[in-house]
Amino acid sequence: MHGDDGGTLVAGAPGAPGVDREFKVGYLTRVEGEGSLSLNVRDGAVVEARLRIFEAPRYFERLVVGRTGDEVLDIVARICGICPIAYQMTAVHAFEDLYGIEIDPSVRALRRLLYCGEWIQSHALHVYLLHAPDYLGYPSALAMAADHRAVVEQGLALKKVGNGLIAALGGRPIHPISVRVGGFSKAPRRADLDGIRAALDVAVEQSLATVRLVASWDPPALEHPQPLVAMRHADEYPYNHGRIVSTDGLDLAPGAWRDAFEEHHLEGTNALHARTHDGRVYLLGPTARIALASDRLHPLAAEALEATGLRDAIRTNIHRSIVARAVELLHACAEARDLIDGYQPPSAPRVAFTPRPGVAAWSTEAPRGLLHHRYEVDERGHVTHAQIVPPTSQNQGAIEADLAAFAPAVLDLPHAEATRRLEMLIRAYDPCISCATHFLDLRIVDLRGDGGTG
Amino acid sequence: MATIAARPRLRVGIVKMASCDGCQLTLLDLEDELLALAGRFEIVEFPEASSLRSAGPYDVLLVEGSISTPDQAAEILELRRQAKLLVTIGACASYGGIQALRNWSDHDAFRAAVYAHPEFIESLATATPVSEHVKVDAELHGCPISPEQLREVLVSVAVGRRPQIREEAVCLECKRGGTVCVMVAQDMPCLGPVTQSGCGALCPTFGRGCYGCFGPREQANAASLARTFAQGGREDAEVSRLFAGFTGWAPPYRAVVGDYGGPPGMTPGGTSTTGKTEGAGHAR
Repeated sequence: MHGDDGGTLVAGAPGAPGVDREFKVGYLTRVEGEGSLSLNVRDGAVVEARLRIFEAPRYFERLVVGRTGDEVLDIVARICGICPIAYQMTAVHAFEDLYGIEIDPSVRALRRLLYCGEWIQSHALHVYLLHAPDYLGYPSALAMAADHRAVVEQGLALKKVGNGLIAALGGRPIHPISVRVGGFSKAPRRADLDGIRAALDVAVEQSLATVRLVASWDPPALEHPQPLVAMRHADEYPYNHGRIVSTDGLDLAPGAWRDAFEEHHLEGTNALHARTHDGRVYLLGPTARIALASDRLHPLAAEALEATGLRDAIRTNIHRSIVARAVELLHACAEARDLIDGYQPPSAPRVAFTPRPGVAAWSTEAPRGLLHHRYEVDERGHVTHAQIVPPTSQNQGAIEADLAAFAPAVLDLPHAEATRRLEMLIRAYDPCISCATHFLDLRIVDLRGDGGTG
Repeated sequence: MATIAARPRLRVGIVKMASCDGCQLTLLDLEDELLALAGRFEIVEFPEASSLRSAGPYDVLLVEGSISTPDQAAEILELRRQAKLLVTIGACASYGGIQALRNWSDHDAFRAAVYAHPEFIESLATATPVSEHVKVDAELHGCPISPEQLREVLVSVAVGRRPQIREEAVCLECKRGGTVCVMVAQDMPCLGPVTQSGCGALCPTFGRGCYGCFGPREQANAASLARTFAQGGREDAEVSRLFAGFTGWAPPYRAVVGDYGGPPGMTPGGTSTTGKTEGAGHAR
C-alpha cells in the first residue's frame, strides 16, 4: 500500500507458529518497483526469508507476440523506465543475429556509447539517490541534501550527463526512439556530440571522486561469496557482446543462456525463478562483472579500483557493490569520452535486411546484470513466443541467500535498526522490480531444508 | 517576498500503479531543478526515492501507472479521498498504457501464456486509465511524460494558476522545427496528425513515423487517418498495428484498432472486441 506505515517498519510480533521474531518491510523504498520483505527467526536462526514482489504483472512476453523486431524494440523498452536501453540492445542484437545482419562498425560504436549513457544515469541514480542515504543516514537524497548538498549535486550532475548522452543518440533519456533492427533511424553528426563530450571531461573527474567517496564509507560486515555470472569479451568491458562466463568455469555464447540456466515455476507459488540446471543460485551485476572482467576495465577505472584496495571485499560483501558500481560509472564516462573522440558517422545509419524464421536469442549486460531475451520468429518476422529473463529475477535467489547469511549479525540490534539493515542489504543489489515482469514471488524459503544457497 | 515565504509548502505525493517507473523518474531527471523543487514542496510520499512515507492527505498527488489489479482498484479510491488535486502522469495512468492491449484478449489465455499457474496471479481482466475509476483533475500525457510539462504543472500548482499545456498535433512541432514530413517525403506511416504534441516531434526528427505515445489530440480524426493508410494499400492488420501502441486504449485509437481487427497477436475473447466503445469516461 502506498503510504502504509506498516509498509516500513513493523514491530516483531511472531507471525507463524514457532517463530520468535519477525522482520517485515511491507513496501521496500528506494528501489525500482514494488516489493516487500519478511524474515522469520527461531532460536536465533533464520527459518524463512521471503521477498515478495507485488508489482502488477504486465505480460510483456505475451504483448510482443505478433510484433516485428522494430516493434519489439519499442515495446520491451517499457519494461523499465530506468534501463530501457538494456532491453532495446538485447532485443536488437537477437534479431540481427537471427537475420544475419552485419552492422556498420560506427553503428556498433554508437550502440556502445548509448549503453554507456544508460550505465552512467542508472549507476549515478542508484549510488547517489537510492543507496548513499543508507550510508550517510538519511531517508532520501533530498533530505541528505540539507547536510551534503555538494554530494547530491555531484550525483545529479553525473546523472544528467548520462541522460544527455542518451538524448543525443536517442532523442530522449527515457524510452529513446532511434534504435532499429539494422542500425539506427538516424546517426548523430560529430558536432551533435560536442556538448556532451565537454561534459564528459567533468564527469570523468566526478566519477573518480565518486569511487574515492564511496570506498571511504564503512559497510556492514558480511563475508559471503556467491557464484558469479557475467559476460566477458576478448578486449572490451562487457556491454553488448561477449560470452557468458561464471566463477564456476561456464563459457557460453550470448544466445545460449538456456544451455546452463532455466526458469522454474515452483509448484504452489507464482514464481519464475532462474537457476542453474543443477538448481544453484547465482549473482549478476557490477559485483560479478568486476570479478570476471576487471582486466577489461578502462585504465582509469582499473587504476581507481586498485587504489581502493577493495577488489576482494567487493567479491564477498554485497554491500560493497556501491564501490563496484562507482568503478563502472567511471569506466562508462571514460569509455564514452574515448568513443566520441574516435567517432566517424556511419555511411548509412541502417542496413536493409530480410526477416527469416527461427530463434532470436541474445544476452547483454544491463546496469543490474545479465539480461537474456529469446524470441521465436515466423517467416514474416513476427514473434510467436518470447522469453525475457531480467537480472533481478535471476538475482532473487542470491538476495535470499545473502539475507540468510547476513541476518544473524543484526538480530541483537533494536528491531527497527535490524529491519533497516535488512532493507539496506536488498538495496545493495539495486533491484529493479518492474523489470522482473513475471517475477511475482510468494515463495517461502525454508533455509534449514535444502539450504537454498549455491 | 515575505508572503510567498510564509505560504505553507504543498504536500506532494508520487505513487505508482502498473507501470515502468519512467514517468516518476522524469521528476528525478529534472536534475537542475530537483533540489529547488524539493525545497518548494513537501514531498511526503515518494517511495521510489524516499523512505519517509505518508498515507495522506496530499495537496497534490501524482499517479503513475494503470489500474491492473484488484488491490490497485481499491487503493486508487482511497488515494483519491486523500488528494486535493490528483494528476495522472503518463500514458499508463492517462490511457492504460501498453498493458491495456490485453483488454482485447482473453485474460485467462493471456495469463497462461506467461505463468504456468495463472490462477495464482492476481490481476484484473483489464488494465485501465485512472480516469475510469476516479475523478482526475489533470492529465500529463506521453510515454514517458515531457519534463517541461511536468515542471509546468508543478510550478502552476505552486503559484495557484492553471497549467499552460499546448493542445495541438505533432505536425505543428515538425513544421516549427523545419522537419520534413516523413509521410509526404518517404511514405512512412505517421500518427503525427492525430497525436498530441509534447515530445518535440522526436520520431519524425529522427527519421521515423510518430507512434502516438502522447495519445490523441483533442478531436483527433483517427478514423480518417486510418482510412488514408488503408487506401494507400495497407492491409487492415497493418493499420491496426500502427494504432495499437502505448496509447492504443485511448478512445479514438481504440476505435481504429477495433475496426481494423484488434491488436496484433491478440486472442479473441476480451472485453472490447469491437471498436465502437464508449470513451466518455476520459476526464481532461
